[in-house]
Amino acid sequence: MPDVTKSKTDAAVDAIAPPAADAAPEAPVAKPSTGKPRSLWGDAWFDLRHRPMFWTAAVMLFVLLVIAAFPGLFTSADPRAGDLTNHYLTKPELGHFFQADWFGYDIQGRSIYARVIHGTRASILVGVGVTLAITLIGGLLGLLSGYFGGWIDSIISRITDIFFGLPFLLGTMVVLNAFTERKVYVVIAALAFLGWTSICRVMRASVISAKQADYVTAARALGAGTSRMIFRHVLPNALAPTIVVATIALGGFISAEATLSYLGLGLADPTISWGIDISAGSEEIRNNLHVLIFPAGMLFLTVFAFIMLGDTVRDALDPKLR
Amino acid sequence: MGRYVARRLLQMIPVFLGTTLLIFLMVHILPGDPIRAMFGDKGADPAQLASLREKFGLDQPLYMQYFDYMKKLFQLNFGETFGGRPVWDEMTAAFPVTIRLTIVALVIELLVGLSLGAWAGLKVGKAPDTGVLLFTLIVISVPVFIMGYLARYVFADTLGWVAPNVDDSMDITQLLLPGFVLAMLSMAYVARLTRTTFAENLRADYMRTALAKGLPRRRIVGVHLLRNSLIPVVTFIGTDIGGFIGGAVVTEGIFNVQGVGNLLFRALQQREGSTIVGIVTVFVLIILVINLIVDLLYAVLDPRIRYA
Repeated sequence: MPDVTKSKTDAAVDAIAPPAADAAPEAPVAKPSTGKPRSLWGDAWFDLRHRPMFWTAAVMLFVLLVIAAFPGLFTSADPRAGDLTNHYLTKPELGHFFQADWFGYDIQGRSIYARVIHGTRASILVGVGVTLAITLIGGLLGLLSGYFGGWIDSIISRITDIFFGLPFLLGTMVVLNAFTERKVYVVIAALAFLGWTSICRVMRASVISAKQADYVTAARALGAGTSRMIFRHVLPNALAPTIVVATIALGGFISAEATLSYLGLGLADPTISWGIDISAGSEEIRNNLHVLIFPAGMLFLTVFAFIMLGDTVRDALDPKLR
Repeated sequence: MGRYVARRLLQMIPVFLGTTLLIFLMVHILPGDPIRAMFGDKGADPAQLASLREKFGLDQPLYMQYFDYMKKLFQLNFGETFGGRPVWDEMTAAFPVTIRLTIVALVIELLVGLSLGAWAGLKVGKAPDTGVLLFTLIVISVPVFIMGYLARYVFADTLGWVAPNVDDSMDITQLLLPGFVLAMLSMAYVARLTRTTFAENLRADYMRTALAKGLPRRRIVGVHLLRNSLIPVVTFIGTDIGGFIGGAVVTEGIFNVQGVGNLLFRALQQREGSTIVGIVTVFVLIILVINLIVDLLYAVLDPRIRYA
């Protein structure tokens, strides 16, 4: 296995090394041939650093995070202020970079560019929030279930089966339908309520396999307590598949939020969400495609960046699929 | 085999009861009063509200409501809509439409997904592989409703190849576009899964044996490799049927298909508990049965797997 990794990373180094000045001094230290074996995480990071896909995703996500945190840096136009007399469905001015009329105006005379920029925060918050929540809930339940086994495992596994049996998007629709005021945290809670099951199953499976390793038996023989066993020995070695699933799921949750908002069951005014704007734009699709295409394009880029990140993280952390 | 099926059917009962209870609680415990919602902002007089609650059994304690509901369910009585029609009638009208749509989608998903995945898996690291990976990455990143509107805009509104709305679900040609939109996401996953298993199985011993026996390449790939690579794909489809249902709400809305997705969406808007619970209950049953069929299919695909 090491020789395979080496030849592969060497090829990657050859492909990228010349322009990457910062990678050059570190690369010899981190190379597999220099003796000290790298950990799984070191290995994964080494692998990630040499993938152009990872850097593309990272740069896109960095820009998106900056937009989400400081939308004011990108536009001074008010995303909620409509001017029907002057701007009703005005076509985009593609030459006016970063101006209010760059992407045109919607049916209420609001700047689509400003709305696209200000809509970023809700999407990213929902995606990251749901992923954190399901990693905590699903990870904890999976850890308990896998580590302790027995009746704890039986109960948790049956509960997981029940939640898993409910179609995800459908169940979320039913939950959200009951709330009249759907703020970001309500949407996060609804998505996390049914979204934790796959993380739980993955965590359970990897904890069971990590638990059987010799070093765990050795730690127990040396008298390690339960919490030390879990947090020092089992959890660090069972975390990788969970992180892979969580990263890939993140993009899916952003997409799910937009779908729900589009159906009128997700975020609602005054929160600015791409899903709501796409829904409004879909009425104008024949004559004013721009109302739909810009929020849709921004949503696509965001989901794309997260899924691409998930793909590269999986390739780096899961050597089986290489 | 028979004993295995019987055991699996028995194991389904607690999951079925748990899931229906969960959906029942979700519909009834959460805030919001459907009876009050029927009257809109005007409001109604309390006596009228009370009599309607009694009519729909909403004045009973929740566990009694669930118990009553399950009792009637075994007589195929799914209750009535607020409009007075039996939910069963609504469902028997809508389900065949969605099932047809799902079958069209499944066929597209399997045909396109398997061929793309096989093509990429046989040429790992080369141009087709990179192309398929990029293509599936893009497809996965486009939410279904955007895909739906774009497909409708391009193929129906601009090119005029198909009608934008489905008026007759018996007409397969009308179902092609919505089926295609519904299939896209799963198709991308099937392609990726097939690619990975193809690439892994290419190195398997039985492949070398088949090659050494002098079998033609078509037979090696089409029979030996394909059959062994189908197991993960079949597993995926089993779990993905639930995803189709969420997608159907969106797709049926965009293409105006009068199926379960549309029925469910209307029921959600009117907070019509009996229809929502009824549809989800039937879906849960369908998913459970499909998962059983998937497990039985393993034995067909891989003779080493036997069920005692």
